[in-house]
Amino acid sequence: MTATDVLALLPLVLVAATSVVVMLAAAVRRNHAVALGITLAGLAAAFCSVFFVHPRQVTALLSMDSYALFFMGLIVAASFAVALLAYAYLEQRKGNDEEFYILLLVATLGGMVLSASTHFASFFLGLEILSVALYALIAYLHERPRPVEAGIKYLVLAAASAAFLLFGIALIYADLGTMDFARIAQLLATKADLNPTLLLPGVALIVTGIGFKLALVPFHMWTPDVYEGAPAPVTAFVATVSKGAMFALLLRYFNQSGFNHGFAPVVLMFSIIAVASMFSGNLLALLQNNVKRILAYSSIAHMGYLLVAFQIGGPMGASAVIFYLVAYFVMTLGAFGVVTVLSERERDADLLEDYRGLFWRRPALALVFTAMLLSLAGIPLTAGFLGKFYIIAAGASVGAWTLILILVITSAIGLFYYLRIVVTLFAQPAAGDRAHEPIPHRAPAAILVLAALTVILVWLGVYPAPLLVAIRAAISSIV
Amino acid sequence: MILLWLIVVLLAGGILAWLVARWNALASRWISLAAVCIDFVLVLTLWGRNSNISLAGTNDWFEQVDWSWIPQFGIQFHLAMDGLSLLLVLLTLFLGIVSVLASWTEITTGVGFFHFNLLWILAGIIGVFLAVDLFLFYFAWELMLVPMYFLIAIWGHERRVYAATKFFLFTQLSGLLMLIAILALYFAHHRATGIYTFEYTELLGTPLDPHTAMWIMLGFFIAFAVKLPMVPLHTWLADAHTEAPTAGSVILAGLLLKTGAYGLIRFAVPLFPGAARAFAPVAMTLAVIGILYGAILAFAQTDLKRLVAYTSISHLGFVLLGIYAANTIALQGALMTMICHGISTGALFVVAGALQDRMHTREMGAMGGLWDTVPRLSGVALFFALASLGLPGLGDFIGEFLVLLGTYRVNVVMAAVAAAGVLAATFYALRLVQQAFQGPNTHNWQLPDLAIREGLMLGVMIALLLWLGLYPQPVFHMFAQAANQFPALWR
Repeated sequence: MTATDVLALLPLVLVAATSVVVMLAAAVRRNHAVALGITLAGLAAAFCSVFFVHPRQVTALLSMDSYALFFMGLIVAASFAVALLAYAYLEQRKGNDEEFYILLLVATLGGMVLSASTHFASFFLGLEILSVALYALIAYLHERPRPVEAGIKYLVLAAASAAFLLFGIALIYADLGTMDFARIAQLLATKADLNPTLLLPGVALIVTGIGFKLALVPFHMWTPDVYEGAPAPVTAFVATVSKGAMFALLLRYFNQSGFNHGFAPVVLMFSIIAVASMFSGNLLALLQNNVKRILAYSSIAHMGYLLVAFQIGGPMGASAVIFYLVAYFVMTLGAFGVVTVLSERERDADLLEDYRGLFWRRPALALVFTAMLLSLAGIPLTAGFLGKFYIIAAGASVGAWTLILILVITSAIGLFYYLRIVVTLFAQPAAGDRAHEPIPHRAPAAILVLAALTVILVWLGVYPAPLLVAIRAAISSIV
Repeated sequence: MILLWLIVVLLAGGILAWLVARWNALASRWISLAAVCIDFVLVLTLWGRNSNISLAGTNDWFEQVDWSWIPQFGIQFHLAMDGLSLLLVLLTLFLGIVSVLASWTEITTGVGFFHFNLLWILAGIIGVFLAVDLFLFYFAWELMLVPMYFLIAIWGHERRVYAATKFFLFTQLSGLLMLIAILALYFAHHRATGIYTFEYTELLGTPLDPHTAMWIMLGFFIAFAVKLPMVPLHTWLADAHTEAPTAGSVILAGLLLKTGAYGLIRFAVPLFPGAARAFAPVAMTLAVIGILYGAILAFAQTDLKRLVAYTSISHLGFVLLGIYAANTIALQGALMTMICHGISTGALFVVAGALQDRMHTREMGAMGGLWDTVPRLSGVALFFALASLGLPGLGDFIGEFLVLLGTYRVNVVMAAVAAAGVLAATFYALRLVQQAFQGPNTHNWQLPDLAIREGLMLGVMIALLLWLGLYPQPVFHMFAQAANQFPALWR
């Protein structure tokens, strides 16, 4: 490994180093604000470094290409937002807060590694770095019962799915004798004596592992419980960074290895999973009364939409996936950001009742939430609309009418529960209602993040051309 | 550039009205009124400048704005105006003024946000009438839904949430079908020519095989038919109209329904002439069913606003019939009906709103004999009821008469059955007047009569209907460009 290699790894190195610095600073003297400051500085530096790195392959494990750098920028920016959202949330309770940022940085590092991996070894490493940090993050508020329950649930299921994944990798390795994505592609294209009895189960097991992380049906069982139990900022992180990084890997892996085109059973499997996710996510969300659970089920549906675009493939499908992911990051961070800001010392603001008449008490906050929900529903002026437009366009370009019709129908079902929250936000509070009490203004940093997210949301929804250029550059290295 | 200003003034006015309402609710109303009036004057000057266009039927736009927006997809920010869109934009702004005035005393909570929504709906509708890039059109089409949803869901009557949700779901789902259709056309055009574009004039004449064309046309047709609304896609209408506040009902009936008809005239027919021709008998049959069905249901209602809502289904049935009769006379009739229905039904909703404001009920059973206590209001109601039933001398008559005339040339049976719808209109209109206003005042209502603001507003609407009924030529002249070309499109 040369000096240029190390330089190319700069974003990863910076995030890793920041976590060590936060740890050392906390060892010298505990101070919440300092921990946040170091974290933000480190993430900002990592974000800037993304623009200066010259794309290159670093060992067989990591490819710091334009695709990886794009996702690293996205992941680091999302973590930055989560750190800012978490500050006031953690400040309310008097406990040890510094470790939160260490864990957050480590999880971010895991996500970044995933987005750059071109090899099963780095894939698994990145996944485990991400997951192990998440176990602790989800259960971070250990004095409450819910987070601990959620943490254990996530631990057990994630560990089991990692085992599936490893087994799948082993099967593919047994057949092809390599763990390198590019090499797998070569062998698949040239080797005549492929053994489908090993290969297909291998792919299926890997998809199981990935599907768990992405909460695709039928591997979605953990999602509502973990979303509900985890502290709101952590939920935002799980929903965005953890899923986004995994999707980045999925897109790269299947585009580079060529599994999703030559193999009809794989295509069929993805179609079934996508349809099942869209239907179950949207239908089950209708039955919920808890905002976090509604958003959990809605995220399952959104992963289904993404899978539709992924399944279409090609440059059009890949850019649709990335555009939608960016939009999904913005709107999900925004939605959980509002939940975070409204959460109190004892409990998260996760019941629909907590939001009744919010517009008449905190209009700005209610409007941010409305914008995020409308974006999730895919209404114009928001990034979510263009994301959905892009996916439908990608579908129409190859004539995948069935899939996009299902997408349209299920997203119309989805309107019900988004509108339900919106109506609650704008409901006139009855006399003597608890909703009349003013909510104290706190968390200026979080408010700032929400304002920025809203601006980005509308900006992407109205003028997406710059992002489209960036995406085109990013996918040039994988498609 | 003037077209852009039309939209910007409304958008900015909406934001300003919202911000100002924090300190002064009245200022918010005046700002909204000013914004709509500025636009109204701008469009009137455009009319004045273009009133002498030749009838030869060149396809030139009066005004346009054409900027690159999302070049990666070939999406342009392209607004353009011809005679057809000019009059519809003018109607939009006129009813916009009426809506602001009608809400002057009705809306007391959240005044700023209300006017923000109101102006943004108007901006969305104008966007729909002016967009000639199909992506921009869809964008505006969806954009007008959200503020409308808020208008119904926040300031509506008893079952507002149900009505608003139903409205949103119907229009959103049908809109998404149209989006798929737009994209299908976009890619078909690319396959045929190698160019990615959403530009209307370029997409005209895209070669499509009949089967594909029919499917894509249906995608457009369903979206427009839901808005129109055409039986059997009309079920959202009665709830939404009834539960909406007065301004919402005026805009729904007067404008949102017209966007559906406009879409048929501008897009569904010209883009797919072959498919439209094949589909015309079905559309005309459904139109005639709608005319009768709407009239019969209107007759059966006891809720004043619901009654007026169902009459819209009947009137818009004439519009649909006029469009698919595919000749100049019928189309002129359809366009005239669109304008006059906007004014007369808008006025009826203002009357219904004024009554509800005073009586806190819309049940006609609870009314009766109102002529004793509010003679001016009752007289105005009688006038608009007569306009609605198609009394000669008023604008609605001209429109429906021309539709029937044009249809007669194509299909005598359809014309005969549709004429029965005019007869049915007499029943519901007279029933409205008799039940609510005539007879003894059994409930001993003592109500204030029309205020100056209301009287002025309704007076102007009366004058307009008389003008359109007695001297419709300037309007026909404006529509002539579109109407004269229309029959040729079908070939």
